Amino acid sequence: MLEIRNLHATVNGREILRGINLTVKAGEVHALMGPNGSGKSTLANVLAGREAYTVTAGEVRYEGKDLLHMPPEERAREGIFLAFQYPIEIPGVNTAYFLKAGLNAIRKHRGLEELDAMEFLALVKEKMKLVEMDESLLNRPLNEGFSGGEKKRNEIFQMAVLDPKLAILDETDSGLDIDALKIVSNGVNALRRPDRAMIVITHYQRLLKYIVPDFVHVLFNGRIVKSGGKALAMALEEKGYDWIKNEAQAAAYPAV
Amino acid sequence: MATATHTIEAWKNQEYQYGFVTDIEADVVPRGLNEDIIRLISAKKHEPPFMLEWRLKAYRYWAKLAREEGEPKWANVKFPPIDYQDIIYYAAPKQRREGPKSLDEVDPKLLETFEKLGIPLAEQQRLAGVAVDAVFDSVSVATTFKERLAELGVIFCSFTEAVQNHPDLVARYLGSVVPYTDNFYAALNAAVFSDGSFCYVPKGVRCPLELSTYFRINAADTGQFERTLIIADAGSYVSYLEGCTAPMRDTNQLHAAVVELVALDHAEIKYSTVQNWYPGDEQGRGGIYNFVTKRGKCLGKHSKISWTQVETGSAITWKYPSCILQGEGSIGEFYSVALTNHYQQADTGTKMIHLGKNTKSTIIAKGISAGHGQNTYRGLVKIMKGATGARNYSQCDSLLLGEQCGAHTFPYLEVHNNTAQVEHEATTSRIGEDQLFYCKQRGISAEDAVSMIVNGFCKQVFKELPMEFAVEAQKLLGISLEGSVG
Repeated sequence: MLEIRNLHATVNGREILRGINLTVKAGEVHALMGPNGSGKSTLANVLAGREAYTVTAGEVRYEGKDLLHMPPEERAREGIFLAFQYPIEIPGVNTAYFLKAGLNAIRKHRGLEELDAMEFLALVKEKMKLVEMDESLLNRPLNEGFSGGEKKRNEIFQMAVLDPKLAILDETDSGLDIDALKIVSNGVNALRRPDRAMIVITHYQRLLKYIVPDFVHVLFNGRIVKSGGKALAMALEEKGYDWIKNEAQAAAYPAV
Repeated sequence: MATATHTIEAWKNQEYQYGFVTDIEADVVPRGLNEDIIRLISAKKHEPPFMLEWRLKAYRYWAKLAREEGEPKWANVKFPPIDYQDIIYYAAPKQRREGPKSLDEVDPKLLETFEKLGIPLAEQQRLAGVAVDAVFDSVSVATTFKERLAELGVIFCSFTEAVQNHPDLVARYLGSVVPYTDNFYAALNAAVFSDGSFCYVPKGVRCPLELSTYFRINAADTGQFERTLIIADAGSYVSYLEGCTAPMRDTNQLHAAVVELVALDHAEIKYSTVQNWYPGDEQGRGGIYNFVTKRGKCLGKHSKISWTQVETGSAITWKYPSCILQGEGSIGEFYSVALTNHYQQADTGTKMIHLGKNTKSTIIAKGISAGHGQNTYRGLVKIMKGATGARNYSQCDSLLLGEQCGAHTFPYLEVHNNTAQVEHEATTSRIGEDQLFYCKQRGISAEDAVSMIVNGFCKQVFKELPMEFAVEAQKLLGISLEGSVG
């Protein structure tokens, strides 16, 4: 579904990604871990097409198509969903209205009928249950005045409604207490499907207790330095990121 | 991927939807302005002597101002000098007879024009429940729903008819809120105003319909100087809507209107405007100069006047719908969205003059600038000595799209009573790259995202508009914002 080859990217002229290689197949859940500043969020933003990030080398193929030349809205319509680490507030824009506009743009792109207000309402009511979200949030301005937990739940709720093929969850666990973490994880697990892939970005192993990945990758200094199964996450938890840092540095400077 | 930061470019050359010209024979007076022209206008309208006298006094005052000072210079707008002798001050569609007695007698071409503008005067209109007075160039063409309103004692007619049929009311209130000495354009209007709408709501009547006036400038080189007078008698309520369009022309046309509102004890007037005069092209050629004086007087105790305006058109807007809060416990409100694009300039805001005890005012002003647009909020809150316990809350927010536009805020405050409470908040923001990206990540196009964010920004104002107007205002912003992101 997704093939990343030697991806390099800069932000404000500073190189953050320095040759990422990653293949994600339908049905797989990949965890992307790494210390702060290793490039996890940059990768998520580059895949979603954020304009402040400049790709300087490499390619990304998504379902066989050249992803990097698609504008961000087209990527979304093609089925890429990013759950934001810091969901954005849009004052005055009703959450339901916003989501309906997005959903119908995506449906139109896929050749499906646009949903009318009643159909949309029925759909969102069902999906809200997944993350135990309060219905009153639908009629509030998007993310404005939402608590940290509500914002994160809202992201997963939007994912459930927009029905993506590839979901990228950028530190969805940050700022959540244990109860909220369970709710969000349950929601994500319910959305796992053989035809859907997920990239779960996290700093901590604790999320991976609830969302069990098929693969774990460790990002350091803009490269994936280690890949493995879910056991890798456990090892990281035990040994900490220093272990990876030391290994990576040893590999970079073998003579020292 | 060769993308840089998001650039929001000047808005694309928008086809102005209402820019057509109706081919209709017009009865015009000669170009220019002098006492003879004023006598001619007054004669054409069969006015009683008091009207002619008033016009002439206004003209003499204006002529003196024009000689000695010229136009007011304090507004943050720039335009070449206006040649007032090169304007046609009266243009009326030619009628077969005296004047239309019913819609059937109105020229079908005129009706067609109003249809095109989305103001069907005929049967559909009755279903919509809006009574419309349509002003085409200088004369009022038709007033729908007149009979139904008459049953309640509501007078809603053209100004010309009011002068003839209700001269006592006109004489009593005309100029009582905006005297002809008020300012340059108000004086000019008083001298030459051609028509407009008049409304009187009797004691205790809650007007069941939204009353509406639609203004249209059709003839070339014509100024439109309409005058609206609304009187809400004790305990009454009226909601009034005003819409405006003009053909696309490459010369500037002058629109200098005056609106006067009077609210007596416990009366309420809600006045809403969606102003979409031709704004000129993307180079700043043509467009309407919209120099308007609108003011309401809360004469009675616990009366209320509420102005809501959505200003998207005109090359230059100079407009300050104001409230004189004279009655004890009276309330003034001003809700405004002003949008400037290309080379449009807007200097708009309000004045809240607190005279009575425990008077309250609220100001919510939203300015949106794009292209080379310059948007100025200018507001005065004046608390007079006797206004014990007066309160004001003002909020001015500016939203910028792009790098070449400007937003300016001039809040003036004069407080002469130390029991008053006055609050002012102001913000300026750009549409954030992060907001746009968030929308796009959900599949929403950049244009829809901008429109959504702008509408969200304006929501506080839009919710004050009557339903059908709110929908129109949102659409208007949507259209204006097309192509505003690159």
